Amino acid sequence: MEVVISVLVGALVAAAVYLMLSRDLLRFLLGLILISNAANLSIFVAGRLTTGAPPLIAEGQDFPADQVANALPQALVLTAIVIGFGLFAFTLVLTLKAYKRLGTLDTSEMRIAEPRDE
Amino acid sequence: MSWLLSLPILIPFAAAVISFLLKDGPGGRWASVIGSGAMLVSAIALMSSVLDQGVVAGQMGNWPASFGITLVADLLSAVMVLITAITGLAVAVYAMADVKPDIERLGYHALFQVLIAGVAGAFLTGDLFNLYVWFEVMLIASFGLLVMGGSKEQIDGGVKYVALNLISTILFMTGIGLLYAMTGTLNLADLARTVPTVENQGMVTVVAVMFMVAFGVKAAVFPLFFWLPAAYHTPAFATSAVFAGLLTKVGVYALIRMFTLVFVGDISFTHEILLWVACFTMVTGVLGAAAQNDFRKILSFHIVSQIGYMILGLALMTPLAILGAIFYLVHHIIVKANLFLVAGVANAIAGSTELKRIGGLYATAPILAVLFLVPAFSLAGFPPLSGFWAKFLLIRAALEEGAGFVAFVALAVGLFTIFSMTKIWAEAFWTPHPDGVEPRLSSLDRKTLWPLILPIAALAVLTCIIGLFPEPFVVFAERTADQLLNPAPYIAAVLGDGA
Repeated sequence: MEVVISVLVGALVAAAVYLMLSRDLLRFLLGLILISNAANLSIFVAGRLTTGAPPLIAEGQDFPADQVANALPQALVLTAIVIGFGLFAFTLVLTLKAYKRLGTLDTSEMRIAEPRDE
Repeated sequence: MSWLLSLPILIPFAAAVISFLLKDGPGGRWASVIGSGAMLVSAIALMSSVLDQGVVAGQMGNWPASFGITLVADLLSAVMVLITAITGLAVAVYAMADVKPDIERLGYHALFQVLIAGVAGAFLTGDLFNLYVWFEVMLIASFGLLVMGGSKEQIDGGVKYVALNLISTILFMTGIGLLYAMTGTLNLADLARTVPTVENQGMVTVVAVMFMVAFGVKAAVFPLFFWLPAAYHTPAFATSAVFAGLLTKVGVYALIRMFTLVFVGDISFTHEILLWVACFTMVTGVLGAAAQNDFRKILSFHIVSQIGYMILGLALMTPLAILGAIFYLVHHIIVKANLFLVAGVANAIAGSTELKRIGGLYATAPILAVLFLVPAFSLAGFPPLSGFWAKFLLIRAALEEGAGFVAFVALAVGLFTIFSMTKIWAEAFWTPHPDGVEPRLSSLDRKTLWPLILPIAALAVLTCIIGLFPEPFVVFAERTADQLLNPAPYIAAVLGDGA
């Protein structure tokens, strides 16, 4: 299972880098979402995958009796997803605003803060 | 104990909530200033307690370390929080007059306080994933502050700033994932113990370089600095001052923390990279500044150049070099924030930040001229100001290591720094104003003037004090460097004595 997800992470990163190399800001943004999901998945795999063993501790005990799924990476990924979602929403609005104010999403045309003649 | 550690984070958050509720009136400003003042008090309390007892650590929610989230303050964290509070207070006062009412109504002061909370959190956390979270808090607040007002320049600069910083964040997170896979922990102190026992040290070095790139983007080192000069000259002056003072320095702090505590297994490889990065950062930054003709753009490129000096100290990794890097870090935050504040006043009375379109400040606003000279000379490293000692320590450290070439680069970059400072001086202060305007401080009404001038004067006095009485500061930096290079007490404080 780890291998499958690792390959998936690789495929996601490849697609993301391809998209992010584009001059179109929207394609860049889509690439950013893909690569952040790749990062989330790699944290998930980093905790090793266990099937069918929820991390529950029986009553009266301090630690689980058998090997259980690692809950920490899942908590981390959950945090990262929430943060990533907020950032993505902001970036999407920023892109929209950039299109409205600057009239283009071609990053090589965005030279207002850094004019060409300097 | 844990209150002392969490107050510098909680106070700005509380101030943020209050100033957001009062954002439609003058109350929001005052909430921000009072909050910053209270944070300064808590930072001083934290500092004295760290000076007294050594490393102070606390576990949030009382979960033992390596499970729970650790807040920990050694001398480096404490001094960074203190300097954050000082800069925060100075900028909060300045923002009272600098930020326009329509931007205040958008919640400027609230976001500013969130930013300060994020910075303080990043300095105080003892957990890698928590560091990521604080970076995000800081980042989202800085996004908001940067584009507030929504001018074309701001949107354009904002897009580049956001894009490059998000890439760095994702690299950081991937690095966290890989490090966790190897060690099973994300607590910094625990990592310091477990990373050397990892079998595959090659993989550790790979992850180390990932962190180096991620923090390198945040710290704006060569060749990852392009977002900085694209964005820092666009927002309100108070905003760019706090960005210039604090944000990149969080990246530098993270680099220093990770590469003195965790990634010290392959110094000859990782720190060699840092050394070259430092040299290129110093040189490209200062050359970029020489090509600019705008007050704030010149200063922005100088941030890049100065970051190089701090990375140089880290790269050399001797006690004297780390000492120099810490001294530089503290000196630089004060000086750089101050120069951006001066640029704001120059813009207010002379009408622009473009050097071609202003002038005459020396003849009619001599007080401002003096207040510019102090940080500008300090930045360039004139004795007896703080920058001289900072550069002196670093260059001596380089020479002691036999790195003559590096010392030469550092000296030459200092020379070019003087060049662009004199460019600002000549164009903005000496030559007459092209439109015949006589810029006077008295043209500002008193309610605007004092909040603008007081923080500048206070920071300039601080620069002079560090410059004239460097001894206690150097002794302090020496103790800090010693703590960084011998992390056993740090680890023991976090993990308890049984560790």
